[in-house]
Amino acid sequence: MSSVVGSIASLAARGVGGVVRLVRGAFDRPAHRPSAAGGGPGWLEVTVFRDPSDVDVTVLPAPLAELDGEVEVRLRPAPGGKGTEVAARQRHQRSSGGGVSRLAGQDPQADLRSALRKTKQLLEVGEVLAVDPAPHGERKATPGGALLEAWTKIAPKAGVR
Amino acid sequence: MKAVTWRGVNEIGVEDVPEPTILNEQDVIVEVGLSATCGSDLHLVGGYIPAMRAGDVLGHEFMGTVAEVGPAVTKHRVGDRVVVVSFTSCGRCWYCRQGLWSLCDNGNPNPGITEALWGQSIGGCYGYSHAMGGWAGSHAPYIRVPYADQGVFAIPDGVSDERALFASDAAPTGWTGAHQAGVQPGDVVAVWGAGGVGQMAARASALLGAERVVVIDRYENRLGQARTHVGAETLNYEEVDVPAALREMTGGRGPDVCIEAVGMEAHTPGPQYVYDQIKQQMRLQTDRPAAVREAVYACRKGGTVFTLGVFAGLVDKFPLGAVMNKALTLKGAQQHGHRYIPEILERMSRDEVTTEHLATHVMPLDDGPKGYRMFKEKEDGCVRAVFRPGS
Repeated sequence: MSSVVGSIASLAARGVGGVVRLVRGAFDRPAHRPSAAGGGPGWLEVTVFRDPSDVDVTVLPAPLAELDGEVEVRLRPAPGGKGTEVAARQRHQRSSGGGVSRLAGQDPQADLRSALRKTKQLLEVGEVLAVDPAPHGERKATPGGALLEAWTKIAPKAGVR
Repeated sequence: MKAVTWRGVNEIGVEDVPEPTILNEQDVIVEVGLSATCGSDLHLVGGYIPAMRAGDVLGHEFMGTVAEVGPAVTKHRVGDRVVVVSFTSCGRCWYCRQGLWSLCDNGNPNPGITEALWGQSIGGCYGYSHAMGGWAGSHAPYIRVPYADQGVFAIPDGVSDERALFASDAAPTGWTGAHQAGVQPGDVVAVWGAGGVGQMAARASALLGAERVVVIDRYENRLGQARTHVGAETLNYEEVDVPAALREMTGGRGPDVCIEAVGMEAHTPGPQYVYDQIKQQMRLQTDRPAAVREAVYACRKGGTVFTLGVFAGLVDKFPLGAVMNKALTLKGAQQHGHRYIPEILERMSRDEVTTEHLATHVMPLDDGPKGYRMFKEKEDGCVRAVFRPGS
């Protein structure tokens, strides 16, 4: 993994099919290592096993570009050759859902979480893994089945802490 | 198509389900030749892993023939005879590239469930609940296989279907335990559990150079298989005091490596079993860890204990004091089969690894409920019930 200076990008997607404005600038890292590439309220992060030079913030993967509103993205090399830390936040959404709200399907950052995970898959694997429709037999209605069905609807929008 | 499905706790069905289709460019569809029951399925059947929905197709250990190939697949063609690793792993995240394939970041499309349970999600597994991805299982004529260039392996000519079948899960899981536990030439290795995984962990330990390998169980037919087909010594835990016997076999030291291949429904003589059973049924613990406890006590000072059996959540009365004061190394893993299967198939082709004996009962899919009953109750000496969809 080559070492690069991290970058910061601010992407505004103005409606579906609208003009995309991209601002890019240097992200100067302090001498001491901050706790995270984002490091503040609303930031979510994922580590992608790609060299930082392979992650072009001028051509953000579709999952992030398709989010509503202005999205900030920061990159920096992960330590130990683990790839690139990708952090993102939506400017209008600064609070992170707690554990209970996430389990209840009321995570305000669910879409951002999902977009980051899909971005990681596109950068690492080249496609977003799909499971449905998976073959199955008759689903009889039970309280446990309903609970599990509700959980499996929100479970794909996790995987990013 | 017909498939063996989970219908509810201790209720297995056979019903019609849609045929799978290619959803990602890196998929293949495999026509299933043989599909095995696994001890870990019993945790699903019994409701100990409550993430199954009625109608879910069971089965994660299988071999067959490639029937359809996605446009991005480069290593496989229609008609190839293949065995498929039970875990869905991308092969390109940091974990996969370290050889820790079961920890794949991308192979579980439902990461939220295991993330809530364990802090982080791991890879997925066919037919093993929505917590492990919601993948349809292999007890069916056809199965969709994602990441085919990573998880599908051509079977060498001369290796029978019945032998190659267990290169899908039992053998690579055993290899994971022995290799990740760091078995060295000259070691004494004790393996708790003489099922398919335990036998393969014992065989892998022997091939890694262990001087003595001891397998522990209570079923004499399984212990007999471990002696005959694996070359291990055996202990029947209903007849001997296992820690005492292991001390006697090791000059008072205890085994260098202890591999637990039993999992969350361990049996043991005495009041410990009653205690664990009550706590598990009352949901005060999710798993019964009797074999792990015994492994921790039996292991030599400074040795390694490896949990290879499947555990889901929380256990009670875990001897952490022994782990700390005896300076034990405690490790665990699901199988990192992608890294071991090529070696296993090569050894199978040289008759260094034989597994046909595990398939004690081969039957058609229509006998799914019977097969699981026989396997669970160990009827007629059943070690593994295996389904042949084409029959």
